[in-house]
Amino acid sequence: MTATATAPSRRTAARRLTTRVGRVRELGIVVALALVVIPTAIVNPRFVQPQSLRDLALNASIVALLAVGQTLVVITRNVDLSVGSVLGLSAFLTAQHFADHPGTPLLAGIGFGVATGFACGLLNGLLVALGNVPSLVVTLGTLYVFRGVDYALAQGRQVNASNLPDALLDLGGSRVLGVPVLVLVTVAVIVVAAVYLRSYRSGRELYAIGSNPEAATLAGIPVARRTLTTFVLSGLIAGLAGALWVARYGTVDAAAGTGLELQVVAAVVVGGVAIFGGSGTVAGAALGALLLGTITSCLVVLQIPAFWQQAISGALLLSAITVDRLLALRLAKALRTTEGTSHA
Amino acid sequence: MDRPPVVALDEVSKSFGAVRALSGVSLRLLPGEAHALLGENGAGKSTLIKTLAGVHRPDAGRVLVDGEAVRFSGPADALAAGIAIIYQEPTLFGDLSVAENVFMGRQPLGLGRRIDVAAMHARTSELFARLGVRLDPARPARGLSIADQQLVEIAKALSFAARVIVMDEPTAALSAHEVQRLFGVVQALRDQDAAVLFVSHRLGEVFELCQRATVLRDGEFVWSGGLEDETPDSVVRRMVGRELSQLFPKQDTTAGEVLLSVRRLTREGVFTDVSFDVRAGEIVALSGLVGAGRSEVARAVFGIDRPDAGSVEVRGKKLRHGSPTAAMAAGIGFVPEDRRQQGLVMDASIERNTALASLGRLSTFGLLRGKSERALAEDWAVKLRLRFARLGDPVGVLSGGNQQKVVLAKWLARNPSVLIVDEPTRGIDVGTKAEVHRLLSELAGQGVAVLMISSELPEVLGMADRVLVMHEGRLVEELARHETTEERVALAAAGQVAS
Repeated sequence: MTATATAPSRRTAARRLTTRVGRVRELGIVVALALVVIPTAIVNPRFVQPQSLRDLALNASIVALLAVGQTLVVITRNVDLSVGSVLGLSAFLTAQHFADHPGTPLLAGIGFGVATGFACGLLNGLLVALGNVPSLVVTLGTLYVFRGVDYALAQGRQVNASNLPDALLDLGGSRVLGVPVLVLVTVAVIVVAAVYLRSYRSGRELYAIGSNPEAATLAGIPVARRTLTTFVLSGLIAGLAGALWVARYGTVDAAAGTGLELQVVAAVVVGGVAIFGGSGTVAGAALGALLLGTITSCLVVLQIPAFWQQAISGALLLSAITVDRLLALRLAKALRTTEGTSHA
Repeated sequence: MDRPPVVALDEVSKSFGAVRALSGVSLRLLPGEAHALLGENGAGKSTLIKTLAGVHRPDAGRVLVDGEAVRFSGPADALAAGIAIIYQEPTLFGDLSVAENVFMGRQPLGLGRRIDVAAMHARTSELFARLGVRLDPARPARGLSIADQQLVEIAKALSFAARVIVMDEPTAALSAHEVQRLFGVVQALRDQDAAVLFVSHRLGEVFELCQRATVLRDGEFVWSGGLEDETPDSVVRRMVGRELSQLFPKQDTTAGEVLLSVRRLTREGVFTDVSFDVRAGEIVALSGLVGAGRSEVARAVFGIDRPDAGSVEVRGKKLRHGSPTAAMAAGIGFVPEDRRQQGLVMDASIERNTALASLGRLSTFGLLRGKSERALAEDWAVKLRLRFARLGDPVGVLSGGNQQKVVLAKWLARNPSVLIVDEPTRGIDVGTKAEVHRLLSELAGQGVAVLMISSELPEVLGMADRVLVMHEGRLVEELARHETTEERVALAAAGQVAS
């Protein structure tokens, strides 16, 4: 017999409310997805054909992948603005490596991209965790540094599909049971990260750090080490995304992934990850990426002038944040009125 | 009975810059005993607790666990040694569930080292059952009352069978009933041979709960011993018993008309029904413990925080709530408690800081004239005997005392009729302290109404014409100058008003 079972209904109400709001965030994105897809499909039925849906998922999967890494970072009350540049650097180096060493096994080549991302993430993490520099500043700096290195190494060249091994290009186009392999890889990363964040001690500690950094230190959580780890993971995932970028597009120059970081941060926020840390899920962030990608595609299908597309995307982002904020306020109020009362 | 201590401090010293927070302090915590740590605000209690918590490392002296000298490299080490700290301000993770707050870093694990949520909730419920409370382990910590948050902290200490439990002012936010329940918990912990270090300003509770006490004053060890032969009066004497130093005493003035009148001012959960007057030429001290609501009253009077009820009048004219601009226009000046964060722009120059509250007067057609800024700063630098290299230097390079003079200059340049000063001499050397006192006294002599918040009793006794004592958000005592003694103020601040 636990105390919970005898607790008055008011308190379980607080719990129910919390889980419900938690679900509402993800459910809300699904509803929003339906709201953009259904009218589009009515106007243009081809929009929901398998090939078109596959393209949607493929286009969203790179941003979704980056959003997973970003979520880990944002949960700890940090941000990684360098992901677009890390992706670009990794993509170019991976492609270059395949081109220069035609015999490279597929996984070794992808591993090369991942290692590039790892090194970039390590640099970010060391500066933030040990140097005690705000992550916004550090990653804004490395955003330019990594991109600059990328341009310097590329020297205006680009690697074409004809120089890449077929195994890599096949990876970009192949499917299992009709689902593109790239999407499956993204889903696998999402699942692993979700389980880590939900069920492992160090994963929970990331939430604790973002929720109350001072208390985390007092609770004996190794804040610096955990922060370092999140940046390394974010870099590593961006490195993987870079290698997959090559597989998907085949042609790579130094500009790959430019400006992607803002799409990623937008996806994370739309996905219900609190920008000041402490709450949110990778599934939500990935759904956020899917929603933003879908909106862009829908606007194209609906033949909305390109000039308006960005403004509409931005307005949707703002409304998502507004809804999120209203929900948070309502929840906080509800929790206050159902508080404790355990010792009347 | 005299068993070896579980945890002891041996001649521990700790300084922060030039401030000596602890010097040669010893403490012995015996198993099965509740030990009180007593001292005024600033006596070094918090530093001592943070040393036990592994947050601060002592500059000299040793921390002993079971008689062995140890070096805590961080809070994790202190936790591993079985020392649990329950801070005055609960340190919970609002976004996480109550159960996760209890078991953070020590969650019960199931298959594949995954957290066993069901087991974690069940064990949290068990702990709450032992404490006699019913809280849902799955609800988020956000929104819990302070009392419930404290219970979560206590459950955390129970969960890892802490051998030493430090409670920093645990009863400050609790009702009488909650306090009794907490004492039951402490009693149970003692029965299990845990050592309890209890920090409280409520002497009644100290005598009810504790067997021994250690008294600190100004970072120094004063006394330690059994409480059976002591009385609240004797303990208070040990806490405050210092010589009234050669501080600058306020000159007598005749109080004039009422300049500041506060009526039934209330801010929910912070302070309640506060009424007082300050007359021209008077220095009124607002005394009380940290957290009694003194600074909050000052902030509400100046319009930084909006009160829920009540009124503030200056020269009989009602002030608009929640507007510092209105307060300034009515002639109030406010020297805040934290001069680095709230009183000064540390990177800006001395002259910029001095002129900051007088910009309207110093500008023509909206353009600020550097020359008049400089003239104003020069004028006040001389009047306040400011020690500086150049007026263009950033104010951050000045000593604490000279920084405080710049804050004072900023307000005095506006010719205020009411001046509120919050801890005006905190962290200031003795010489400058006397100068600040002289200045406040002169201002009163010129007919300014001064409201002074101070935690230093000698300052209160030396400077104030009247002393208002706050306890837990209410005014509980008003003492005229001739009635004021350290004991009376300290007792009233601890909630023991002689009736």
